[in-house]
Amino acid sequence: MRRWTAIAGIAVLAVVSLAWAAGASRVAKPVVLIERPGKCVEATEVMRRDHMTLLLEQRDRTMRDGVRTKPHSLAGCVECHASSKTGSVLGPQGFCESCHAYAGVRLDCFECHAAKPQKAALGSGR
Amino acid sequence: MAAVIHRELSAAAWRFYGPLLGLGALLAAGFAAFVHMEVNGHVVTGMDNQIVWGVPHVVAVFLIVAASGALNVASVASVFGRVEYKPLAPLSALVSIAVLAGGLAILAADLGRPDRLIVALTYFNFKSIFALNMFLYSGFFAIVAVYLWFMMERRMNRHSGAAGLAAFIWRIVLTTGTGSIFGFLVAREAYDSALLGPAFVVFSFAYGTALFLVTLDLAYRWDARALDEAMVARLGRMLALFVAASLYMTAAFHLTKLYMARFHGIEAFVLLEGGIYTALFWLGQVGIGGVLPLVLLYAPRTGRTRAGVLAAAVLVALGGLAQMYVTIIAGQAWPQPIFPGWQETSSFFDGEIHPYRPSLPEVALGLGGVALAAILIAVGLKALRFLPDRFETAGPKTALRAGA
Amino acid sequence: MSGCDRRGFLGTAAAALAGVALAPGIRLIDLAGARAPEEAASGRVRWGLLIDTARCATGCDDCVAACGRENGLQDTGRPRTDAQWIRKIDLKDLRSGREHSAPVMCQHCAEPPCVDVCPTGASFKRADGIVLVDKHTCIGCRYCVMACPFKARSFVHENVTEQKPDVPRGKGTVEGCTLCVHRVDRGATPACVEACTAAGHGAMVFGDLNDAQSAIAQRLRELPNRQLRGDLRLDTGVRYSGV
Repeated sequence: MRRWTAIAGIAVLAVVSLAWAAGASRVAKPVVLIERPGKCVEATEVMRRDHMTLLLEQRDRTMRDGVRTKPHSLAGCVECHASSKTGSVLGPQGFCESCHAYAGVRLDCFECHAAKPQKAALGSGR
Repeated sequence: MAAVIHRELSAAAWRFYGPLLGLGALLAAGFAAFVHMEVNGHVVTGMDNQIVWGVPHVVAVFLIVAASGALNVASVASVFGRVEYKPLAPLSALVSIAVLAGGLAILAADLGRPDRLIVALTYFNFKSIFALNMFLYSGFFAIVAVYLWFMMERRMNRHSGAAGLAAFIWRIVLTTGTGSIFGFLVAREAYDSALLGPAFVVFSFAYGTALFLVTLDLAYRWDARALDEAMVARLGRMLALFVAASLYMTAAFHLTKLYMARFHGIEAFVLLEGGIYTALFWLGQVGIGGVLPLVLLYAPRTGRTRAGVLAAAVLVALGGLAQMYVTIIAGQAWPQPIFPGWQETSSFFDGEIHPYRPSLPEVALGLGGVALAAILIAVGLKALRFLPDRFETAGPKTALRAGA
Repeated sequence: MSGCDRRGFLGTAAAALAGVALAPGIRLIDLAGARAPEEAASGRVRWGLLIDTARCATGCDDCVAACGRENGLQDTGRPRTDAQWIRKIDLKDLRSGREHSAPVMCQHCAEPPCVDVCPTGASFKRADGIVLVDKHTCIGCRYCVMACPFKARSFVHENVTEQKPDVPRGKGTVEGCTLCVHRVDRGATPACVEACTAAGHGAMVFGDLNDAQSAIAQRLRELPNRQLRGDLRLDTGVRYSGV
């Protein structure tokens, strides 16, 4: 009986402290600025969970097979999500970087890929 | 016949930790160089688009080739039935594993994207000798570890012959693979030869035995133990044979290329007009690494003494580094002939000898790998019983059942 | 198609064809080269280049400059470590003194040594013959740089910024001429060819080597040409005339 009381007490304490921590906002939340109107290529929940998988699959299709369909192309993401102030998806308020910094996941893409969208130029990529 | 007793290194406190700290400092320097190169890119080194493999590769390939050959003493005992070498067989295996680890660490640290090592271990192009080497190297670690276990655990001793044979065959394949990294390249006139695989195998016998001798000498000095001079002399005679064989492979390689008109340019470069490379070839690879050790080892006054044999071993190792420098760097310094017969000039340095100056990060990286190997050996010697107290007296070479 | 009959249709089509043809079988422009974006590259096509060195002037580097602009290559002032995807090689026959000039880039071999040696398969040949580096799997070992007979590959020695969105490039990986694959895939020609043509030199022709009616195939039949280092039997996609 005493053991179960102890366990219940600890559980309540854990839940309360987690709730308090979540509500207390001591951790900097990611800055997700959606500046362009309209929808993303997939639902938000899908993107949050799976964007890395979508990009992983798309990159091999584009790189190896030359399939350049629009929805999941990285350049497409950058076109839309680049900040209007900095022009980039990187930086402390950048769409990609702020969330990745929050999640503590290394962002490798922009070692090579342009973090800024193509300026409208003659004969440039669509 | 008195049983051979193996004991751990008994050097304690500062006698042990002092040198270990020194090696640790070298390793730290290597690590610092790695971080510097990783953050800033290879522009901080002396390597460029003309010389893409520099001093780190020279040291690493030397260590990898020597590691394979360091297993020689164990092979000679287990596979060829020379029982007088059995007491040293476990040490031979330890040196082999440790030196290979040091060499591979340098290569991994020098990658442009070392964070992608996991990619290198999961995506394989099996036509690439590099990819095959990944399996050969990891397989080597596994086989030698098992071999070591069989040698050191009395109940498993009867299997050590089989493990020794497996290790021997594996490392011949492995070292042929290492030489073929260069031998398969049609692009470079200094390579492009079927001889390079076997040549590296022969070199490995010499470099490995030399490094083993140096380790043996240092270990016994460190532990203030007596080292049987007859055993050292025996190893010295083995080293002399391997050095002579290495000179033969070198001669065969260059004489063959000299016969062919299209290789006259590269041969003149290496053998005559290459400045530092010519000096390193004749004075380093042939002289210090070949002729001088042979003189030391075959002259009765020096060849039978510990000092003479050790001096020869050090010279062979230095000669090996010189050989790797000439093979790797001179091979890149000589331009690819895109339009044979035409003089080429371009903004991309076609048609000209490519200069190279080793930089501090590269040397530090190389030394860091050597330090890692030494630390692994030191820790192994301290933890386990690798060093024999005495050796069997030199009796008739009875070919006992291998591994008994 | 109501109101049209077959004859009328054929007549219109023939007129259209004549409009883009000079003479029977000879076309100035290849028709509709672009693949649909969702279509994969196929082995039916083999892209190639023909360099007519008789029209290639020493000192002209229009192709090199265009490549640099198109692909975001930067001049850091350190030529020994800067990437060069294409360069002009000035040639001199020592015996006769005869001089030539030719641009050299990745030869897009059918049997590429760089693909053979790459441990991760990052250096690969696409179905349509373009040899590329998959920077996602490149570990930066530089074995392909050692293996290439044409010194086509460069290693990126320092941090890269301001990449072109169509041309990802980054530190620690290896790169080389992509035959402007991002342009080819939407039906355009490589930047070097476009620049050479626009300047009026006409030394570079691009097209489908498998298509006997393409401009490049026709030209290859007319002009004596060869592969560089043909002795290596690499079956290169780039052919040279006049040298």
